[in-house]
Amino acid sequence: MAIIEVNEVRKTYAGRHVVDGVSFSVEEGEIFGILGPNGAGKTTTVECVEGLRIPDAGTVKVAGLDPVADHDRVTRLLGAQLQESELQAKLTVREALELYASFYPAPVDWRPLAARLGLDEKLTTRFAKLSGGQKQRLFIALALIGDPKVVVLDELTTGLDPRARRDTWKLIEEIRDGGVTVLLVTHFMEEAQRLCDRIAVIDRGKVVALDTPAGLIRQATGSTVISFVPSRALTGPDLTRLTALPGVASVTPPDREGTLTVHGTDETVTPFVALLAELGVTARQLRITETSLDEAFLDLTGQDA
Amino acid sequence: MQTETTTAPATTPGPGAARRRGPATAVLIAETRLFLREPGSLFWVFVFPSLLLVILGFVPAFRETQDDLGGRRVIDLYVPISILLAMITAGIQAMPPVLTAYRERGILRRMSTTPVRPSALLGAQILLHGAACLGSALLVTAVGRTAYGVALPGQLPGYLLALLLAVAAALSLGAMICAVTPTAKAATAVGSGAYLVMMFTAGVWLPVQVMPDILRRIVEITPFGAASQALEQAASGSWPGWIHLGIVALWTAGMGVAASRMFRWQ
Repeated sequence: MAIIEVNEVRKTYAGRHVVDGVSFSVEEGEIFGILGPNGAGKTTTVECVEGLRIPDAGTVKVAGLDPVADHDRVTRLLGAQLQESELQAKLTVREALELYASFYPAPVDWRPLAARLGLDEKLTTRFAKLSGGQKQRLFIALALIGDPKVVVLDELTTGLDPRARRDTWKLIEEIRDGGVTVLLVTHFMEEAQRLCDRIAVIDRGKVVALDTPAGLIRQATGSTVISFVPSRALTGPDLTRLTALPGVASVTPPDREGTLTVHGTDETVTPFVALLAELGVTARQLRITETSLDEAFLDLTGQDA
Repeated sequence: MQTETTTAPATTPGPGAARRRGPATAVLIAETRLFLREPGSLFWVFVFPSLLLVILGFVPAFRETQDDLGGRRVIDLYVPISILLAMITAGIQAMPPVLTAYRERGILRRMSTTPVRPSALLGAQILLHGAACLGSALLVTAVGRTAYGVALPGQLPGYLLALLLAVAAALSLGAMICAVTPTAKAATAVGSGAYLVMMFTAGVWLPVQVMPDILRRIVEITPFGAASQALEQAASGSWPGWIHLGIVALWTAGMGVAASRMFRWQ
């Protein structure tokens, strides 16, 4: 059952279509990623889900409720961590947890929650004195304190060091394992690939792809990457034949180490090996890999690396 | 195709819900704690007005009865003036930067995603600053009474009415500053400018009662000039003039309406 349904949502600011007909639905229990470059309309989209913005057109439903018209009921089902939001500078962690717990009809006990998020030793620390990672963990705690069915996490790991980021990823997986659906906004491929069950790639206000991480990679042109150092320099006609192999999207000329890179599909591999044999060329340091989600993303959003 | 009806999971309040503190109370308690952690605001609102009164009392001439003040002393005039100073400080120096920072830092937005409206936060802050004004008024009155034998207000109900109206005026002016300034920095700048003007009209440098005639008539139409006159009249035993009370009330209503119309939540 879809817990979040976003249907043809549009939002225009000063004549610019920030969100231009976005549709997706999030199934209960999944981690759903919204991936896209900065300024693609990710945050505006989730703000419509949170009821912070009213779409110009289209509909949003959270558990069948309208986030604007049924704002009160939606806030009890949906916990949010906002991009660039803070708390009162001199509020302590404990006070923040108690305060936000008082907002909900049936909150979870904040003590085990704080312990799970590693905040139990910071309870008397004021918000302004927390590190970036601790602030983010506190915001995760506040998003979970009302015992929500869904949490929206917007650029949760931006600005965290790699260690804190990995710790946060573990927390997000634990949230999902606890039965809470996660809507995750990110611009980190690695994060999306590691965490998300499905990803909507948003670019310039539109969903350009929606699939599992593996599916997105398959969708990208030239998803199979063959790299090798030829035992002798390939001539012009050789390269033409290489480019003409089935499924080849591109052939990158030799780099400084003499490595040639061919972007193709699974169908490219066998004819490629046959061609090398026919040309009498040995492929040194031959590697056949899948493209990364990074490259798939750049391909899907039409951006240059 | 079968249609699936989506029903919202019922959010039945837990058995402990009734015993727990209401959100509005919780917000007020949290904001009170935060308010008490601002030594700067506490000093300027709570301590400074009383301190000013003590220092002025060191001037011997201020403790002598003067015929042109109707047999009152300068120090007598400075009790209501010091109280007005506390209100102006709380309303336009202390409060606007707090509220604009709450907006600027996304604290109001964060609260919008909970079942509690962010207006609870603004309400708590306004209430706290109002309470601080009244607390400071009590302190100034006590200090004036014990240190310099300043008589308690002769017309107490009229005095209290003028006092409450003046607090409301200071808070609505502060709220209007929050509404028209985009950042905490701008609120501080606008607040400082307004602060000087309001201190002058309240009579901090020169009591309204001894201002030259034409200047006094102008100052009397400002919120704190009118409040100063109303408080002084009630202090010396008569019911404050309705025209003065009316002017304060009118300013309060006008600025309050303007503030709520223009306030941006994000």
